[in-house]
Amino acid sequence: MIQVIKPGLYTSVQDLGRFKSLHYGVPVSGCMDQTSARIANAILNNTSDCAVLEMTLKGGHFRFKVSTNLCITGADMSPRLNNSPVKMYTTIPVHAGDELILHRAIQGSRSYLAVSKGIQTPKILNSRSMYQGVTESFRISKGDELAIDESPIKLKSNAVVKGRIESPEKIFLKAFKGPEFNQLKTHQIETLGSMSFTISKESNRMAFPLEENFSNQLDPIITSLVLPGTVQLTPGGKLIILMRDCQITGGYPRILQLTKVAINTLAQKQLKDKIRFTII
Amino acid sequence: MKSERYALKYHQFNENSILVEWPKEISQDILEDLTHFKSKIEKSESSPYIDQAVSAYQSLLVQYKATIMCFEQYVIQLQSIYSRETPIKKRKNRNWKIPVCYDAHFALDLAELCEKLKLSKEEVIQRHCMPRYTLFFIGFLPGFLYLGGLDKQLAFPRKLIPRPHVSAGAVCIGGLQTGIYPMDSPGGWTIIGNSPVQLFKSNHKKPCFAEPGDTLQFYPIDAHKHAELAASEPNAFLTQQI
Repeated sequence: MIQVIKPGLYTSVQDLGRFKSLHYGVPVSGCMDQTSARIANAILNNTSDCAVLEMTLKGGHFRFKVSTNLCITGADMSPRLNNSPVKMYTTIPVHAGDELILHRAIQGSRSYLAVSKGIQTPKILNSRSMYQGVTESFRISKGDELAIDESPIKLKSNAVVKGRIESPEKIFLKAFKGPEFNQLKTHQIETLGSMSFTISKESNRMAFPLEENFSNQLDPIITSLVLPGTVQLTPGGKLIILMRDCQITGGYPRILQLTKVAINTLAQKQLKDKIRFTII
Repeated sequence: MKSERYALKYHQFNENSILVEWPKEISQDILEDLTHFKSKIEKSESSPYIDQAVSAYQSLLVQYKATIMCFEQYVIQLQSIYSRETPIKKRKNRNWKIPVCYDAHFALDLAELCEKLKLSKEEVIQRHCMPRYTLFFIGFLPGFLYLGGLDKQLAFPRKLIPRPHVSAGAVCIGGLQTGIYPMDSPGGWTIIGNSPVQLFKSNHKKPCFAEPGDTLQFYPIDAHKHAELAASEPNAFLTQQI
């Protein structure tokens, strides 16, 4: 059991997502930065679909009620175990009664906390990813007790694994042409490739709106399918990048589709960061 | 079955999915053709390589388990499945009878709608309960049914400022569409009633009772009946005709 003393700014249980329920209108969800989550699970020898805690911008305060191994990856939130700094990207043995505190993100936005065999909150529709209306709650709260594997475990520590989130200077996101890309005018395509865009402070797990205006002469489309990473162009001339908790359908033209790697990179950008698109 | 053949467009959407598009229109024929193609894909030799195929009005997204190495090859495969005369036992579409309470207590915007459309409350209820609405797909929220077939006389614009809170079960009109909110949510549609039906049960293996191609028909109930049905076993009252 992990006892939540403070949840942090926005912390939820996530795995790789809920894949086979799209036809019921259920979003995919899952870790925003799946690269970091996968590395955390790999370091602990977990399968990649083990559930982890995703902390956003500011981490939480947790008390472990059983011994386990844990690993922290993604954004650097200066983690401290029993008030001593601990390394990220490595196995950290914890004992019953130990307390882990994470602070404000110094670099990146989302930090991942994995434990041996994963967090064991209930699986709903084949996934533990929290989402409003699907799981009981959409994020963890003070006082929650999160189930983890309690079988005896060999505590171990090992070398720090190479692997870091991309530096903030890396602003290029690779994107495929979206289904409505070809309806754009030549000058719009040029702007799309050369302009830098600012991530709006309205960004969340559903979508990252971009602040700049972008001319739009495209008509709305008949409501059709979208995916995490779909870049929509609204009638008001704004770009919206859909993220993991996005609805499964939308009516705005889909002009780009981020690569899977680019979605993970974007998930670690901070509000107000700049990005640019590389159209492939 | 009657097999409409359309000139389909194929687009690689991301690393592992292909978007198939029908002509840009909303029609029963396209829905049937799309549903039929989807079942053929699911029963084809490609199915072990597919995670899920999911549909909207006139589009189908086929998500493969692995990265698509050669898009053209996959398109040829899909085209071959599309043109196949596979005898597939068609699922019988069902017609679901959905109770709706149109009392003022629930129907927050019904008076305004009546006034602006110059229709009596009884006339609105009658027109709303008349059609058999076709379920095209489920989207927007878990369990939200995209229904076609609203009486054009009842078309009503969406609110400029959405309500921050619409209750689960709210029966609404938005433009030329009618729908039921499956859970509490913000929403911009005009509320004309409430149904005790549960559209999404996340703890069930099959969380939604209806499938694309099914039809729905509303019938009016009073507030007393609404309370009774809402307190009873969820959806036990649902009746269907094949």
